[in-house]
Amino acid sequence: MSRISGGQIDRSKTLRFQFDGVSYNGHPGDTLASALLANNVRLMGRSFKYHRPRGVMAAGSEEPNAIVELRSGARQEPNTRATVVEVFDGLQAQSQNRWPSLKFDAMAINDRLSPFFAAGFYYKTFMWPAAFWEKIYEPIIRRAAGLGSLSKQDDPDAYDKGFLHCDLLIIGAGPAGLSAALTAGRAGARVILADEDFRMGGRLNAETLEVGGAAGADWAAQSVLELASLPNVRLMTRTTVIGAFDHGIYSAVERVSDHLAQPLPGKPRQILWRIYTKRAILAAGAIERPIAFENNDRPGIMLAGALRAYANRWGVAVGESVAVFTNNDDGLRTVADLKAKGLNVTLIDARQGDEVIDSAGRLGLKSITIRRSNGRTETVAVQALGVSGGWNPNLNIASNHRGRPVWDDQIAAFIPAPESIAGLSCVGAAAGAFSTHAALTMGATHAVAALADLGLTAHADAPTAEDAPLNLTPAWYVHSGKGRAWVDPQNDVTVKDVKLAKQEGFISVEHLKRYTTLGMATDQGKTGNVLGLAVMAELTGKSIPETGTTIYRPPYTPVAMGALGGRARGEDFKPTRQTPSHKWATEQGAIFVEVGYWLRTQWLPRKGETTWRQSVDREVLQTRRSAGICDVTTLGKIDIQGTDAGLFLDRVYANNFASLAVGKVRYGLMLREDGMVMDDGTTARMGQNEYVMTTTTANAVPVFRHLEYCRQVLWPDLDVQLISTTEAWAQYSVAGPNARKLLQKLVDQDISDAAFPYMACGNITVQGTRARLFRISFSGELAYEIAVPTRYGDAMIRALVEAGREFDAVVYGTEALGVMRVEKGHVAGNELNGQSSALNMGLGKMVSKKKDSIGMVLSQRIGMTAPDGYRLVGVKPVDPAQSLTAGAHFLAKGAEAVAANDGGWLTSVVYSPHLGHSIGLGYLKSGDSRKGERLRSVNLLAGTDVEVEIVSPHFFDPEGERLRG
Amino acid sequence: MANPLKPLTALGNPTAQSDTIGAVTITENPDTALASLASRLGREAEVASLAASAGVPLPGPGRAETAGYGAFWLGPEQWMIEAPFATHEDITAVLKPIFTDAASITEQTDAWVRFDITASDLPGYFERLCNFDMARATPGAATRTVIDHLGCYIIRRSLTLVSLLGPRSSAHSLHHALVTAARAIL
Amino acid sequence: MIINHPLLGPRDAQEFIYLGDAALIHRPDGMAEGALERFIPYTYLRDNPAGSHRELWYHEQGDRSWLVVTRNTTTHEITAVEMARDVARKEGRSK
Repeated sequence: MSRISGGQIDRSKTLRFQFDGVSYNGHPGDTLASALLANNVRLMGRSFKYHRPRGVMAAGSEEPNAIVELRSGARQEPNTRATVVEVFDGLQAQSQNRWPSLKFDAMAINDRLSPFFAAGFYYKTFMWPAAFWEKIYEPIIRRAAGLGSLSKQDDPDAYDKGFLHCDLLIIGAGPAGLSAALTAGRAGARVILADEDFRMGGRLNAETLEVGGAAGADWAAQSVLELASLPNVRLMTRTTVIGAFDHGIYSAVERVSDHLAQPLPGKPRQILWRIYTKRAILAAGAIERPIAFENNDRPGIMLAGALRAYANRWGVAVGESVAVFTNNDDGLRTVADLKAKGLNVTLIDARQGDEVIDSAGRLGLKSITIRRSNGRTETVAVQALGVSGGWNPNLNIASNHRGRPVWDDQIAAFIPAPESIAGLSCVGAAAGAFSTHAALTMGATHAVAALADLGLTAHADAPTAEDAPLNLTPAWYVHSGKGRAWVDPQNDVTVKDVKLAKQEGFISVEHLKRYTTLGMATDQGKTGNVLGLAVMAELTGKSIPETGTTIYRPPYTPVAMGALGGRARGEDFKPTRQTPSHKWATEQGAIFVEVGYWLRTQWLPRKGETTWRQSVDREVLQTRRSAGICDVTTLGKIDIQGTDAGLFLDRVYANNFASLAVGKVRYGLMLREDGMVMDDGTTARMGQNEYVMTTTTANAVPVFRHLEYCRQVLWPDLDVQLISTTEAWAQYSVAGPNARKLLQKLVDQDISDAAFPYMACGNITVQGTRARLFRISFSGELAYEIAVPTRYGDAMIRALVEAGREFDAVVYGTEALGVMRVEKGHVAGNELNGQSSALNMGLGKMVSKKKDSIGMVLSQRIGMTAPDGYRLVGVKPVDPAQSLTAGAHFLAKGAEAVAANDGGWLTSVVYSPHLGHSIGLGYLKSGDSRKGERLRSVNLLAGTDVEVEIVSPHFFDPEGERLRG
Repeated sequence: MANPLKPLTALGNPTAQSDTIGAVTITENPDTALASLASRLGREAEVASLAASAGVPLPGPGRAETAGYGAFWLGPEQWMIEAPFATHEDITAVLKPIFTDAASITEQTDAWVRFDITASDLPGYFERLCNFDMARATPGAATRTVIDHLGCYIIRRSLTLVSLLGPRSSAHSLHHALVTAARAIL
Repeated sequence: MIINHPLLGPRDAQEFIYLGDAALIHRPDGMAEGALERFIPYTYLRDNPAGSHRELWYHEQGDRSWLVVTRNTTTHEITAVEMARDVARKEGRSK
């Protein structure tokens, strides 16, 4: 006898599924647990530490025992709870943590050795020798203990993230949640009702209780229908609210496709929702707790409410002869319901002094031993035992902000403290009000109150229902026998372990938890924590609230990493930014490099070139020999306007800007307030009150933020307006002796040296198209930067290449750009490391002391100006055949390679095709007075030790004659 | 001119691209010229009156308007002005004479990719994209938001039409996000 | 967290960049006598209260306003949100 009449399963349809390779039948509405029980399968797993045979204990997400692996291949998923897995056609499930099979598990030897495996075993045993830990002990322990295994393949499914907004979020769709939702929904409030189950109704689906004269489950179904008809209510099944965050933000995981063999095309497997609420109601019900007794973990021993749920909701009798061990009236409900189903039920009521003291049946419960109040013991043959030690309000979410629950003697359980979370109220069983009547009325009245806070009027109108008290007399564990009685079955924590913790002084609840691992398994102690506390309380002679409370952090139940990542994985991890020449460069076979989100051309190989150096050397040499073109759009561009724009620039740049003439460009050095260099770039004065600032690619966003800070926070009355124009203009550098000739072919105006001298800027046209021209140079060559509206950027690169054909002009990438700037001794990202001052960079004279600018004062403090500080130097190998290594440190010849002898380091290294050897820039102590000195540059990681000569950082055209040409 | 430069759309094509996935249609719109307009300090009233006489709306925070020109709010005393590209390619040249030196005006046309999105259920679509509460946004609502790390402006033009302005260099990434979300709600 | 922007209403804190103590508004005059002695505490010394704290937040993914947010550092309760520009003016900052 297993499947019995009744229940909310669709018997007209049969679903085939497999467990450990054996095929079974189930029905729509079944969970894996209910379907296995219906097939007389009670053994579903092995325990974490002792490998004890285990079966299902609960009927919801609190399940500690029936932990299984689902699916196969890349979709294999470990550690799912059979109690919440929906059966679908073709479902494959495997037991885990057993070898070679679930029925015969070789590691069950651990159970025989249990005296050695008590709490603290690992801490005490695997101490010596230390080297053994990583290589020997840990691998063995990891193999022996643990849960399921990973496929080690990429997850083939997609996960979404999403955002929802509501007036009222209701967590849990049992009688309290449904009542709250009906009240708020009818009043027109924007309501989200979320439940982790695939069927709303909560315990009403598992009970024979009536609501308003109808069967509770029918009332729930009717209520769901009504709510579904309200456009202002969103019903979310298979949705677990996993945490409460600040200011009414909740997080929820919706399992969109887990009940299917695989997601439908385009659909995510799960969605992580961020829910913005004005008010929230926690109606998450209560979780039953066991009473601990010897061998209370056998397959077939479960929570009494679960035993009842399997009979009522799923039409499953776990056995013909069953027993119920309870300390409260809810247990009697299980007895009555099971009897009504025709089962043979034995009652053991702890309130009468009766106790279950032991059980038998290795792979499934065969009998229990009862000690009656008169001292007589009897053994009763049963296939199932339901245990009820009372119910713990499911206050998990309410304690997410560290609000301590309070003890309620009436139900001997913790209830959420009022105002544990601003805007959240707890109702029904989650608040410790266990009757159906209390759930319905409390749900309604709290919804009315929540809406009243928002200025909405609602009416509490709850149907009639039972209002029976729990009549609980606390009973935590049975004081008999020498065997083990489980408190936390998932982590194999027993009453003895709690006793040992007490004996060894780990009395505080936080110590108890960490010493025994109580409540630290994937179920987070949903069934065991309060029981563990109660045992400790009894041992120490304190009350339970004196002993401690348990609070919870998110997530409520385990969340797939994929759901937290959402779409952001692989190529979609982050967006990319494409430069205006991207399409052209792709056609040319360019090699791209990621610079932040940007993809920039790194170099452009030509036919026959087999190494990157060949391409880069060619790009550099040809630029210096004739002309080179480079996409420099990525540099940040900030439009600065206003009558105080010049004054503003004087404040944010260390050097002088007030004197910059209209139509001119100047290099600017920007400091942080602590005197270190923040960024550098050029700023062009396009008009009387109009400037265009450029920033480095990396700092475009931080510099803009800084400028807004200066303008709004520091100098709120400066007339300055800002807007970013980085993306609005496609900007190309054209450099080299033939740069002017090349550009003149395209530009409609005269750009001769006389008409457009070094550091000039202005608005021009390119074959009629509006453009901007800046005569600035990063390469040290005669150079211009020309900008056109971005939509013309693709045409512009093609026009430049075409115009450059007669000069054999090249297009160069970031590598060649880097080579040329090092040849010129320009600082870039490697030197702008946030720890370097203008003086360090050899730009100390740029800091004007005649005006107040950000960082000016602190750039002059002691330490920043010490003569033995780092100074930018050029470095070349004494033997030109040798290569330098960036990051290498400077040491005096003969000095030991230790930190005390460190003289500085190489920041940037390139091969200069112009000079024919490796060159570098670096920071060297007192470097400005050490030209000609010979040192070693040592990189212990790369194993290099190269003799170098300190030279000027300006390797190429130090007088700058070329760029003025 | 001999060889006038030929424009490409942000998605890299000569003409605008349109994709229909179920009830969602995503259409690139390169036909709007944009300029930011910011009042110079102390000249806010002057800017308001010049705008009014020129038919340039200056909507309040979180709003967009159309009155000849289109406009949406960017920040305190700063707006984005919209005009047809065909007639206003050099939009600052048109606006500067209107506002003289009372406002700072900057061309923004090609800083953005604009996607016009129609959908039968705009809220159901946008809840997969960003935290903007589309269900409560009346026509004329406009705000900045974040979609897949990209700062975007959303303008609800009607119950079924939304314009989305995203950073032009990330047009492909944004388009990919929009198409993916449309497939997910099929 | 939610920051109730004075112009835009409630906005997710994810849209903002945090800077720190709003005392940064009171930048000393770099040209004044004894500027160095004032800049060192201005740049480096901060109170770290357990409780109410006035701090600067920047609406980077929004309207680019700098805000002064008064937040309880132990509960995250936000009791005031003001435009930093208005606060700066009120506290004597100008050009």
